[in-house]
Amino acid sequence: MIPWGDAMLLNCLDLCFGWGKGDVIALSRFEVARGERVFVCGPSGSGKSTLLSLLTGIAVPREGHVRIEDTVLSSLPAAARDQFRADHIGYVFQQFNLLPYLGILDNVLLSCMFSPRREQRAGGRVAARLEAIRLLAALGLDETSLHERRVTELSVGQQQRVAAARALIGSPELIIADEPTSALDTDARDAFLRLLLAECERASSSLVLVSHDIALARHFDRVVRLGVQTAQREIA
Amino acid sequence: MRAPRLALNSLRQRRFAAVLTVITIALSVWLLLGVERLRQDARSSFASTVSGTDLIVGARSGPVNLLLYSVFHLGDATNNVSWQSYKEIASLPEVRWTVPISLGDSHRGFRVMGTTAEFFQRYRYGSDHELAFAQGRVFGDLYDAVIGAQVARQLGYHVGQSLVIAHGFGGMRQMLHADKPFRVAGILEPTGTPVDASVIVSLQAIEAIHVDWQSGMRLPGQAVSADQARGMDLTPTSITAFLVGLNSRLSSFAVQRAVNEYSQEPLQAILPGVALSQLWSLVGAAENALRAISAMVVLVGLCGMLTALLTTLNERRREMAILRAVGASARTVFFLLVLEAGVLAMAGIVLGVALMYATLLVLHGFLAAQLGLNLGLGLPASNEWLLMAAVMVAALLAGCLPAWIAYRRSLADGLQVHL
Repeated sequence: MIPWGDAMLLNCLDLCFGWGKGDVIALSRFEVARGERVFVCGPSGSGKSTLLSLLTGIAVPREGHVRIEDTVLSSLPAAARDQFRADHIGYVFQQFNLLPYLGILDNVLLSCMFSPRREQRAGGRVAARLEAIRLLAALGLDETSLHERRVTELSVGQQQRVAAARALIGSPELIIADEPTSALDTDARDAFLRLLLAECERASSSLVLVSHDIALARHFDRVVRLGVQTAQREIA
Repeated sequence: MRAPRLALNSLRQRRFAAVLTVITIALSVWLLLGVERLRQDARSSFASTVSGTDLIVGARSGPVNLLLYSVFHLGDATNNVSWQSYKEIASLPEVRWTVPISLGDSHRGFRVMGTTAEFFQRYRYGSDHELAFAQGRVFGDLYDAVIGAQVARQLGYHVGQSLVIAHGFGGMRQMLHADKPFRVAGILEPTGTPVDASVIVSLQAIEAIHVDWQSGMRLPGQAVSADQARGMDLTPTSITAFLVGLNSRLSSFAVQRAVNEYSQEPLQAILPGVALSQLWSLVGAAENALRAISAMVVLVGLCGMLTALLTTLNERRREMAILRAVGASARTVFFLLVLEAGVLAMAGIVLGVALMYATLLVLHGFLAAQLGLNLGLGLPASNEWLLMAAVMVAALLAGCLPAWIAYRRSLADGLQVHL
């Protein structure tokens, strides 16, 4: 048994997962240190989505473990994995991150709605609201655009920032972003990434970002390249 | 977890479809409760028409028939009761009072009932209400008439007004008892019973207007004037039926048997309550059909809701994935959709009940006046609560279908939604 390093937030060992015959992903080792920024890339079909499903506890590996902090996520029952995800993981989609029927602030506070722990970490019900406003401002959404506009009226770039604020509120240990910049143009992409990284650092959250845009890799501590059926590890 | 808030907000986003669904459910609930209430009130209205009367005696036909023509003025008597038989039965020791009724004439579509002044003391309706006069008093003169509230209102009659009684229910000119006009002596307060639509005169008056008639025809050349008639013996030879009050209810069956076995004439005595329940068993089939139809309408309403929920499921996969990402379990997704069905049904039920009361309020006066039907505006009765609960349960069960689909999907989709 390999001893878990204390500095490691996330530790995956001998992951195997497949939907039918054969494994979509077979990853011998995947680790993320506390506060580390990891860039995951790979061609289509290399198992990026599957890896994210395993890391978030949506799916459970056929073999191997997913451990986050002291919790072996992959051996928890489904409901506990869902609660763990609510408490410890912030997630950003490629796009369409927001619930159209909630306001901008409520979209950010959605994380706290499902996780009392994160609400508490944000300072309680009232403070969470202020923290949400602060996060949005830090991510470049000022207060005036908050109150006047519906989320459906926001540009894609603005929507992604609201999504980032939702992932960050309550400082979860791990932020997972699935191609968060692919719907943005180059300028918006760099601006978004800079802000996201800065806020991750502030919250001392680790970041796992999946993208096929290799140009982003320079912002990260480490790059993990997933290949078809196999996974290699590289240090950027 | 603040799922209710999410469900409400989500519904608000789709408010057009949601409002339509609520209206559909509301209309079906309105129909369901309306039918139920109409049924109940029709029953209690019928039941409250005869209270305080222990037996009704008439010619032998059928219990329901006798009940209908004697009290509700529906249909016609097949035969009469001779005055002598009436007198004999009235003098039985168990009998406390009797009120004779003589029907067969009309005034402008309203039935004319010949009876004695005792009718006004003995007749009871509802929970032991007595008849009360709005204007005037009981007939004193031979050609005095007392009219029901509806007659007065519809014909605009006042005390002192003269009226002419027609023979039978036709309106033919030569069939009028025009030679012996009546005067309105009193107007009754509304009762919600057939009394409201009656013109009440004395038995002697009925006799008087028929002295020069035979077999429904005026005897030619034997006209008797109104004043001449006053001097004649106006004891009737027969009556249509009579109401009986007993000294003790316990003797009801004994007196009933005595009447039914009366040898001089084929008569029957009925217990109003028993005859009513026989009437209900007749009407029951129609009632059940009506209830079945309204239940089907509720089903259709719920199917509408199901359609509204199911058609949006596809476009809501994104929403479900977002909720899953922030930590909602698939079970929460299931709960959310059942909750939406519940919210829609609840809103529909509340609106439906409100609609029913609004309708009752509007129709209250009309139905009481036209049909003598007293629709209660009271709070929902226990069976109505039960119906509402049934609609709610059915809606929640129906909601399980889209909820189950969304549950399966959110398990399969996880956070990856490929639209």
